[in-house]
Amino acid sequence: MDSEESSRPDPAYLLPTVVQSAKILVVGPFGVGKTTLVGSVSEIEPLRTEEVMTQASAGIDDLRGLESKTTTTVAMDFGRITLSDTLVLYLFGAPGQRRFWDLWEGLVVGAVGLLVLVDTRRLDDSFEVLDQLEERGLPFAVAVNQFPDSGRFSDEDIREALDLLPTTPVVHCDARDPKSSLQALIALVSHVGNRSLQETPA
Amino acid sequence: MTAADRPGGPVRPYVITRGRVQPPRRLPVETLLEATGTADPLPVTASRHHRRLLSVCRNRLALVEAAAHLKEPVSVVTVLVGDLIDSGHLTVCSSAPLASDRPDITLLQEVLDGLRRKLSA
Repeated sequence: MDSEESSRPDPAYLLPTVVQSAKILVVGPFGVGKTTLVGSVSEIEPLRTEEVMTQASAGIDDLRGLESKTTTTVAMDFGRITLSDTLVLYLFGAPGQRRFWDLWEGLVVGAVGLLVLVDTRRLDDSFEVLDQLEERGLPFAVAVNQFPDSGRFSDEDIREALDLLPTTPVVHCDARDPKSSLQALIALVSHVGNRSLQETPA
Repeated sequence: MTAADRPGGPVRPYVITRGRVQPPRRLPVETLLEATGTADPLPVTASRHHRRLLSVCRNRLALVEAAAHLKEPVSVVTVLVGDLIDSGHLTVCSSAPLASDRPDITLLQEVLDGLRRKLSA
């Protein structure tokens, strides 16, 4: 009866010396390359987790309601990079649309920051999430995923189109390329570090 | 066999957690877990889900990885992890969550150094 379980491969475990974990969220609309980016830098095959989101309208005592569609399931892909003998970084790809914000509400707590992945062919898909991040004061950087058929835009064009703050980093990357993806993550973490230093009184 | 024990069957999350929705403590998804290896038997209230969770956590991994391997929602696994910590079968291996919601500068620097090492590797 447990044949499905026994055929499942063993998890790829961490070194027993790893005692600290950090996380970064990669957000953006569907098809922008979140899972590609996570997969290109992850040391494990990206894993998928499903989370159940209860619709705001769901009444807790309404059992008939529970039988029908009062919850939605949203899938989230993630990967990890062991950064040293003691530290591991988790990368989560999370959908950026408004209806998923409840999902990353909890996820964003304690996160290093967010990498907002954008596609220049549909920049307007990213307006909402950028507004939301700025409003909440969450640390983020913008990574432009370069698709073969997307035109080349200068950083200034992108900044202007997305109405970014002058301090928000904009990087161009190819999510399929591990080095390029790492550089985008480095740009984010440097930015968060600088921001954090400025906020801390000397 | 109850609905909650039926393999592969559609089990609603609140059945697995016996109606509990709030974990008793704050356990971020990246919390590192490992079985303590205690010889104490699991509490009589432990379900098949607890046993599978404990088995998956025989070596170190994050809560979210355990959830992915068990194919159960993170919110459900978080509740089960709390039970197994209380019973002494699982332990949290990562440093306690900081008072603030943001990583401190030391951790940021370590992440940055680690990513740069990966880049030049």
